[in-house]
Amino acid sequence: MNAISKLAAHDAPLLTVRGLAKYFGNRAACRNVSFDLWPGEVLAIVGESGAGKTTLLRSLCGDKAPDEGKVLFTRRDGSICDVYGIPEPERRILTRTDWGIIHQNPRDGLRYGVSAGANVGERLMAVGARNYAEIRKSAASWLDRLEIDVARMDELPFTFSGGMQQRLQIARNLVTQPRLVFMDEPTGGLDVSVQAKLLDLLRSLVSELGLAAILVTHDLAVARLLADRLMVMRGGEAVELGLTDQVLDDPQHPYTQLLVSSVLQI
Amino acid sequence: MIDGYNFAYLDEQTKRMIRRAILKAVAIPGYQVPFGSREMPLPYGWGTGGIQVTASIIGSDDVLKVIDQGADDTTNAVSIRRFFARTANVATTTRTAEATIIQTRHRIPETQLNAGQIIVFQVPIPEPLRWLEPRESETRQMHAYADYAVMHVKLYEDIARYGHIATSYDYPVIVNGRYLMRPSPIPKFDNPKMDMNPALMLFGAGREKRIYAVPPYTSVKSLDFEDHPFAIEKWDTSCALCGATDSFLDEVIIDDHGGKMFVCSDSDHCATRCDQDEHNTQETAP
Repeated sequence: MNAISKLAAHDAPLLTVRGLAKYFGNRAACRNVSFDLWPGEVLAIVGESGAGKTTLLRSLCGDKAPDEGKVLFTRRDGSICDVYGIPEPERRILTRTDWGIIHQNPRDGLRYGVSAGANVGERLMAVGARNYAEIRKSAASWLDRLEIDVARMDELPFTFSGGMQQRLQIARNLVTQPRLVFMDEPTGGLDVSVQAKLLDLLRSLVSELGLAAILVTHDLAVARLLADRLMVMRGGEAVELGLTDQVLDDPQHPYTQLLVSSVLQI
Repeated sequence: MIDGYNFAYLDEQTKRMIRRAILKAVAIPGYQVPFGSREMPLPYGWGTGGIQVTASIIGSDDVLKVIDQGADDTTNAVSIRRFFARTANVATTTRTAEATIIQTRHRIPETQLNAGQIIVFQVPIPEPLRWLEPRESETRQMHAYADYAVMHVKLYEDIARYGHIATSYDYPVIVNGRYLMRPSPIPKFDNPKMDMNPALMLFGAGREKRIYAVPPYTSVKSLDFEDHPFAIEKWDTSCALCGATDSFLDEVIIDDHGGKMFVCSDSDHCATRCDQDEHNTQETAP
């Protein structure tokens, strides 16, 4: 019975995007983007800088309303909501329960004035947790899962290294057990070894928690490691969409061919 | 009454504008209503908001009491009381029970307020979320959506750092189960007095141009955690003058050798109790 209902849940895409467009003045930052994201799936959006990756992500995650198109999300109870059709308070609740947003720069996603524990606990308090000991316990367990020393729980985020801040940001997002995480260059600005560790951690978390994720990156290696599917963007449009290995091994669009061939080999 | 000024200093149009803001504030308990704050003959931070609210509600038959830090005889209290005595020719008092309007800074009197009385608070910073969220556009949305989690983050931070909620004044409250409100810098000792109080409470912030209110018999709940419930200050000692154990005590340094005494911060409360004591001893004396 349980397996059947699980299957049924998998029958519907988690996120449905149709004809999305976002203009700045009369310039289209992204246009005519359509795709489905299935539960537990990781989709990477790659492309050169200025291709509209981040704008697309911000239009998807409720941050900037798109000018055209629809974003539909399937909630836990199976009902489908139009992300920009529901009232803002409802959208705010959605973004802090079912969704997680991990910014490229931890400064955009963390509160620097309060301790690491408070940063992780904020989402719990936002959904009504009012027991200090329990908030603290679950914050500690998430810090531990993201390999942050629990003894440093009461320290301010700016005393953490860049990689730790990024992991703290992830812990802060995962504490309410979201089903969909938006990541904007989560490994940008980190050195290679820290990047590798973070990617490893992200990969195990995604498979462990069955998270669906949309990942914006310019690094094809990151996409290959994490993503099931790959969307290549150029000039605001999605030029190619397919399974990651397929797109990388047999790119069809000239721009994708260029992108794949320009990866540096060591 | 001095010549050349309108009754209670402000012109009638200004008073009407402020009264409209007050009516709106009373209708939406805890909501900050913007108003056109005027220049007053005293500096910002000394009670320009409170004095404008008082000026717009005072009538010639009102009896005014003004306190600062609970005392009737401090500079700010004396100046504002004299200001209204001169510009509105109203009766003034130091007795809480006799006053119809009480303008206050930093305290709510110990004596229980009655229906019909109005207490006017001077507010330096009306926005409870200000130090947590610097953008006004964002704090307005947070109020609109009752999105107040960040206030609990502050209390969490207090417990994480100090082991208890260390916020001791201007302690955030939820008014009527809806709006988050800064009760002006009163000690948290006074927070429970606001809950279901029969008097009307008006808050005026002159520099920030905001008026808000708690109507009579409105619920006012201090924020807390289940396992760290809201608690008021307690002292090991009683008032050195009147012996009160249930009032807010000020620590007063009395010499250069660390000598100190604790006395009631509410000067009227203390004096009344001292008078009664004297009265009782005289009656029992042979």
